[in-house]
Amino acid sequence: MAKIGLFLARRLVKAAIILFFIVLINFALIRAAPGDPAAVMAGEAGASDPQYVELLRQRFGLDEPLHTQMWIYVSSVFQGDLGFSYRQGRFVSDLILERLPATLLLTVTAFIFALAMGVLLGTLAAMKVGRWADTAITTLALVSYATPLFWLGLMLILLFSVHLGWLPSFGFESVGAGHTGLARVADVAAHMVLPVLTLGLFYMAVYTRLTRSSILEVHEMDFVKTARAKGVTEGNVMMFHVLRNAILPVITFAGFQAGHLIGGSILVETVFAWPGIGRLAFNALLQRDYQVLLGVFVVTSILVLLFNIITDLLYTVIDPRIEVE
Amino acid sequence: MSTAKQPVLELRNLSVSLPPGGDRPFAVEQVNLRVAAKEILCIVGESGSGKSMVAHAIMGLLPEPHVKVAAGEALLNGENLFTMSRTRQRQVRGVGMGMIFQEPMTALNPLMRVGEQIEEALRLHSDLDGRGRRARVLELLADVGLPNPEDLRRSYPFRLSGGQRQRVMIAIALALEPDLLIADEPTTALDVTTQKQILDLIRKVQAEKGMGVIFITHDFGVVAEIADSVAVMQHGRCVEYARAEQVLNRPEHTYTRELIAAVPHYIEHREDFVREGTALLKADSVRKVFQVGGGFLRRGRELIAADNVSLTIHPGETVGVVGESGSGKSTLGRCIVGLHKADGGRIVFQGTDLVGLSRKAFRPFRKDVQMVFQDPYASLNPRYRVADIISQGPIAFGTPRKKAHERARELLELVGLDASVARRFPHEFSGGQRQRISIARALALDPKLLIADEPVSALDVSVQTQVLDLLDDIRYQLGLAMLFITHDLRVAAQVCDTIAVMQTGRIVELGTCRDVFSNPTHSYTRTLLDAIPGQQWEIPADLRHLRGERARRPREVSR
Repeated sequence: MAKIGLFLARRLVKAAIILFFIVLINFALIRAAPGDPAAVMAGEAGASDPQYVELLRQRFGLDEPLHTQMWIYVSSVFQGDLGFSYRQGRFVSDLILERLPATLLLTVTAFIFALAMGVLLGTLAAMKVGRWADTAITTLALVSYATPLFWLGLMLILLFSVHLGWLPSFGFESVGAGHTGLARVADVAAHMVLPVLTLGLFYMAVYTRLTRSSILEVHEMDFVKTARAKGVTEGNVMMFHVLRNAILPVITFAGFQAGHLIGGSILVETVFAWPGIGRLAFNALLQRDYQVLLGVFVVTSILVLLFNIITDLLYTVIDPRIEVE
Repeated sequence: MSTAKQPVLELRNLSVSLPPGGDRPFAVEQVNLRVAAKEILCIVGESGSGKSMVAHAIMGLLPEPHVKVAAGEALLNGENLFTMSRTRQRQVRGVGMGMIFQEPMTALNPLMRVGEQIEEALRLHSDLDGRGRRARVLELLADVGLPNPEDLRRSYPFRLSGGQRQRVMIAIALALEPDLLIADEPTTALDVTTQKQILDLIRKVQAEKGMGVIFITHDFGVVAEIADSVAVMQHGRCVEYARAEQVLNRPEHTYTRELIAAVPHYIEHREDFVREGTALLKADSVRKVFQVGGGFLRRGRELIAADNVSLTIHPGETVGVVGESGSGKSTLGRCIVGLHKADGGRIVFQGTDLVGLSRKAFRPFRKDVQMVFQDPYASLNPRYRVADIISQGPIAFGTPRKKAHERARELLELVGLDASVARRFPHEFSGGQRQRISIARALALDPKLLIADEPVSALDVSVQTQVLDLLDDIRYQLGLAMLFITHDLRVAAQVCDTIAVMQTGRIVELGTCRDVFSNPTHSYTRTLLDAIPGQQWEIPADLRHLRGERARRPREVSR
C-alpha cells in the first residue's frame, strides 16, 4: 500500500509539472494569434477608437508585458481560478462545471458501450475465426472504423429520426416536456442513443480488432496448452487463461480513449446539439472567447493526465509482472 | 520394452495428417509404440520428425482442424483416446495423463499464482475441499523439490527461474497422480546443471509413483541418462524402436547411426594449441554493469554482467567461453564487438584500447571483429537478398558494389552453398543454411577475429556438426582467431583450444581445453562437467569414423 502511495505521489508531482508546461504552451499559442482580446471586443462593440481600446487593455491588464500576463494566468490556474468570460459575463469555472455532467454522461456511456461491445464482439470473432460470424464481425468493425464520425451521425439522424421517427435527433432532453423522475431518465436515454452510437462505434471497432487479434495470439501460447492438458473446459480456458491475458493491450488503448473523454466529443456534440463542453469549446473558438477556450484546455489536460495514472494503476492490478515502484 | 501385462499406453498405427500443400501429407505415419508402467520411453528425432506431434496427438492437443489424427488408436489403459467423448477426454487429461512442455518460461499463465494453477487441476478432477487442495498443493511443491512451498504457492510465475517453473509444471502434471507422464523436451531450454536436477526429479517421481513416461528429446546424452527404451523418428516415421541399451550401442538404422555419430562428445578434443607472436586481443579486467529499471526521477537496480574479466586471444586460436545463462558470456562478446560499451577495464586489439573509443574512432575496428549470432532466423534481414546481406559490410567500407557482390558469391561457395543462392531471400533457407549465410556475412569484411555467440544452439544435432566443421575449416583456411561462446561443454570441447569458464560475471577457470576437461580445478567447472548427461555412455567405436567422412561431405544444396 505504501508503495502505491509513493507511486501516486510521484506521478502527481510529474503530472503537475507537465500541466504547468501545458498551460504555458496553450497560453502562448492563443496569444500568438493576431489581434488581442481588447481589439476583438472593441471591434465587435463597433468602437474602433484607439483610446477606448487602450482603456480596455488597461482594464484587463493586457498592457502588461506578456511574461507578466502569463505568470498571472498560470499562477491563478494553479490556485483553481480559470478566469472570467467577459463575453458571457460569467466565471469560466462555472461555465465548465455546468456543461461537464452532460459531456461526461455522453462520453462515459459511449466508453462503456465501446469497451463492452468491442471485447464481446472481438472474443466472438476469435472463437469463430475463419467462419461466417468472424467475417461478419470483422466487416462491421472495418465499416465502423472507416466511416467518418460526422457522416455517421448525420446518417443515423436521417434513418432513425427523420425516416423512422424512433429517436430524437438533437438536444439533451425534450424541451418543455417537463418530465420528472423515471420519465425524464427515459427521455434523456432516448436522446443519448444516437450520439453514444456515433461516438462509440469507432472505438468499438478498435477494441473488436484489438481483442480479436490479441486472443488469437494468446491462444497459441504454451500456457493455454498447459490448461488444456489439465483438462480445463474450453469455456474456462477462454475466460481464465486466454481472455485475461489478451485484455492487456485493450486496456492500454482504453486508457488512451478515456483521456479523450472530453476533448473527443466536440464533433458529436455539435452534430447532435448536445449541451456539453465540446460545444462550449467550439463556440468559444468561434467567438474568440479565449478565457473559456483556455479553461477547457486545462480541464481536458487534467483528465488526460488523471486517466493515464489510473490506467497505469489498473495495469499493476491486472498484471502482476508490472510493479509500482 | 514389452511386459506381459497390459501397457499403460499403446499406440497402434498412429497417423497424423497435415493440411494439404505442405511438404508432406503426414506429420506422423504408422507409428506403433508401447509404454508400460515404470518404463521411460524416449522418442528421439530432429526438428520436423514428428516426435512432438505424437505427444500432442495422445494429449488431444493437436491444432485441429488443420492437423488431426488420420488413423490409428491410442489406448490408455485399454481405452481408446481418439474415440472417447470430449468430456471423457478432459477427464482423462490430468487424471490419466499429464504433460510437461519444452518452454518453462511460457508454459505457465503469467497472471495466475503458482498455487492457483496447480489447484485448478485438483478442483476440476478431485473432490478435495479448499483446505484439502491447499494441503495437496503444498505437498506437491515440496515433492518437486521447491523451497518454501508456502511462499511459492502465492508467487507469480515471473518470480521463478526456468528450472523452478519446470518443477511447477511437473507438480501440475503430477497433481492427480496420472499413470502416464508425457515430457516434451522438458530440459532443452534449461541450463546443464538445472537439466540434471530436472532429469533426476523426473526419474525419482517416476520410480515412486510407478508411472509410464514418454520423454521426447533430441539429445542422445539425455537418452543415455534416462531411457529404458528408445524410438527414433525421422520424417514422421519410427525408424528404429528397441531397448535403450541396444539403440545406443548397436544402432541398426542408418539414420540412427548418423545421429549418434553426430553427438558431440567431450572426451574428444583437439591437439594443444601453440601460441605464437603477440596476442591479437587482450581483455584486461573488463567490467560491464547494466541499469535495470529506473527512469525519470528514480534510479534503477545495478546488475553486474561482467566483472574483472581478463583473457587473451592469439592469432589462429579459438577461445571458448562457457557458462550458464546469465553468466555474462554473451555480454563479454558484445563488449568486444562494440555492441555494448564496457564500463571498466581495457580491451586491447592489436595495440589499441577499444574501450572508450568514440563511435567514429571505433569504426575501423568493426571490420576486424565480426560476430555470428545465435538465432539464424532472427539475425538475417528478411527483406534483403542474400547477396545484399553479405555485401553490405564491404560496401559500407567502400568496396564497389559489383566487386562486393562477386566476393559474396565466392564466400557462399566457401561456406558450402551454391553461388546462385545469392539472389534469394533468407526465408528460402533452412536453419543450418542460414547460419552458413551468417558466417559468410561475418567473413565478408576479412575479419581477424570472429565472435561466435552460440552459433549452433538453435540447430539440430546433425546440422550442428556440419556448421561446427565449417567453422573449423574456415579457421584453418583463413587463420582466423575465434571467441566461441557456448553453454554446451561438449561442443566447446570439440572446437576450442582454450576454455574460459564463466559464472555470474566472472571467469572462474581459464586453461587449455585438455586441462579444463581432464583436470578441472574450480568446483563450478566440476559441477558443470558432472552435469553433462549420458557420461557413462561411449559412442560406439564403429560410429566414430563417420565423423571424419561427414566433415568432408558434399555441400548442402539449397532447396
